[in-house]
Amino acid sequence: MSAAASVRRRLSAVLLAGAALLGTAGAGQLALAPSAAAAPVAAAEDPTPSTDASASASASADPEDAPPPTEAGTSFRTATVIRPGQQATAPASTGDYLYWQFPADAGQGARVDATVDLPGADARHGDATWQLDVYDGLRRRQPCRYGTQTRTAAADAATVELSCTLRTVRANAEPWSNDPLPGAYYVRLTAVRTASADAGLPVKAAVTATTTDAGSAQDVDGSLAAPLVQGSAARPEPDGGWSSGWWSARWLWTAAGAVLAALAGIAGYAATRGRGRPSQLPPAV
Amino acid sequence: MVCGLLVSLTGGLAPATAAADGPATAETSTDSPKDAPKVDLVLDVSGSMRARDIDGQSRMSAAKQAFNEVLDAVPQEVRLGIRTLGAEYRGDDRKVGCKDTRALYPVGPVDRTEAKTAVATLTPTGWTPIGPALLKAADDLEGGDGARRIVLISDGEDTCQPLDPCEVARELAAKGIHLTVDTLGLVPDAKTRTQLSCIAEATGGTYTSVQHKDELSGRVKQLVHRTVEPSLTPEPAKGTDSCERAPQLKPGLYTDREEFGEHRFYRVDVRPGQELRASVSVAADRAVNDDYGVQLRASTLRGREIVRGEATGDGRTDVLSTGLRYPKADDGSAAEDADGEPVPETVCLRVSNAFSAPASVKTTPGLPVELSVDVVDGPDEASDAAFLGLGNGWWFLLAVTLIGLLAGLVWGWISRWRVTVWRTN
Repeated sequence: MSAAASVRRRLSAVLLAGAALLGTAGAGQLALAPSAAAAPVAAAEDPTPSTDASASASASADPEDAPPPTEAGTSFRTATVIRPGQQATAPASTGDYLYWQFPADAGQGARVDATVDLPGADARHGDATWQLDVYDGLRRRQPCRYGTQTRTAAADAATVELSCTLRTVRANAEPWSNDPLPGAYYVRLTAVRTASADAGLPVKAAVTATTTDAGSAQDVDGSLAAPLVQGSAARPEPDGGWSSGWWSARWLWTAAGAVLAALAGIAGYAATRGRGRPSQLPPAV
Repeated sequence: MVCGLLVSLTGGLAPATAAADGPATAETSTDSPKDAPKVDLVLDVSGSMRARDIDGQSRMSAAKQAFNEVLDAVPQEVRLGIRTLGAEYRGDDRKVGCKDTRALYPVGPVDRTEAKTAVATLTPTGWTPIGPALLKAADDLEGGDGARRIVLISDGEDTCQPLDPCEVARELAAKGIHLTVDTLGLVPDAKTRTQLSCIAEATGGTYTSVQHKDELSGRVKQLVHRTVEPSLTPEPAKGTDSCERAPQLKPGLYTDREEFGEHRFYRVDVRPGQELRASVSVAADRAVNDDYGVQLRASTLRGREIVRGEATGDGRTDVLSTGLRYPKADDGSAAEDADGEPVPETVCLRVSNAFSAPASVKTTPGLPVELSVDVVDGPDEASDAAFLGLGNGWWFLLAVTLIGLLAGLVWGWISRWRVTVWRTN
């Protein structure tokens, strides 16, 4: 692999050794539950702030103040960028292909919800089937773990609600796999089947993408040199930038494990010695 | 371009509308006029526009009112023109009537008063020569590298067959001039709807059915605004039927055409330690059969497959896309050139599609293909399933603690045994 990669690996090993040493030295104070220890350390070392939408919204100034988009793109090239947690709206005609894109980073789970306000029942002539598709940064279609991607609205329905929950974004995957990787995710919303007389009728669409932290159990090894962002005019980026691939809560578990092991070792050692001097021994000189 | 930069500087989070009328406007308008986005509004002024069925008004007066509102809201950098069809010839001679299209207001910077005055003079008159009007509108938009858009507003189908306006639109799109045609039908009947939808589909545009006055002006404004949104213009590329003669692509966005069932090859150079990323979208710009597929295959020059991306789909769609990644390992085995640099590997990219169409659908020009190629540094490959091989979870803690305890006990017993042995000796 590249030089940078091996440096990362070596430094990580040093860090781990350091953490173990620290654990042994301050054993008494550091015997904390990992969840309790997690918060301050994460704040100090984690280069990516929490992915929770509300937390990041209060984090810093500029991009968070931007009003949510009120137009959608019409292709991958022109897809409108939405910030996770923000509700983007767009007026459209039945049959339009509406495109948005949002950033999702390693270790995040993403979910997309869409609501379509249909034209009045008196203007419509039949059922309409709407569909929500999500594609990754290389325009590969992503399956939904759950959520209703396609729904048929009756002729008198006022709205259609669709949703799609993606698999957890991995830091790295085999090139031959279709696993979700850090980068842009495209959302396409369209009517796949309508009564022909209903084509072109005005609708209002609203889309929200939310990302959540999937937890350290999902942290895999390796990382991409750059997120999958290409082929579009806009380049979405999470608040606070893409993660550097240095941090995982697995550091905390491992450090806590080292501390506990050291403590248990001391305890085990002490247990074999008993209290005070063994009785069968002659008094000390 | 400037808009694109601005968007990426603000983290790509400024909504597209902000780019259209926010601070970006000033910068965009200083762009050379060469790149200015151009819009031609094409209005049907045929006799049927007299019908009074839009909110109690005639279609013509609704259109005029909408045009006035649109002209008031045109972004400054847009070069806008107005073309009419069927505005002048009253007679019954089909030949003459089908040539009746005129540039009412030439494409250029908008003088609102002048444009409005010109619109006010219109009276519903003649035939509906949509095909010829589209051809002329495309001529109006000639020149420059900016986005081009035709907004066609009509209330009836073309009365000048056999020149099919839908075929005209597809031919225009195939010229590679980045032209989009959006259509609006005023209280359309089934035939009008089919035709206008077909025109829009052929160019990647949209079709809107208008029943009310405010819908018309709102939609036209929206379409005009779309032209100023930042966009990425793909470069034309021409793939070949074999990798030997295939064009060499650098990272970028490319466009091509591919007929039903055709294979097209492109070549990309990848150095050891780099990663090739490619994605392809094949657009269904005409009526296609229900089930279809697209394949993007990367192979060596000798034809050994490296990796492929595949996609299948069914039903109505605009594009079908797939992509692939190929990280080329840096194992030091690659040959080196005179400067000691490793020789890049030539990767053949093959784009193939499994679209099919009913016999009545024309197969030329081919389906639009959009190919995005990027070469980045290689990934940091995983040496373990878990992050750096670190531990996680309560079982891990329990295991480590027990092992620590055992180690302590063993250590304690050993040292105790040694003390005993030492004492007894």
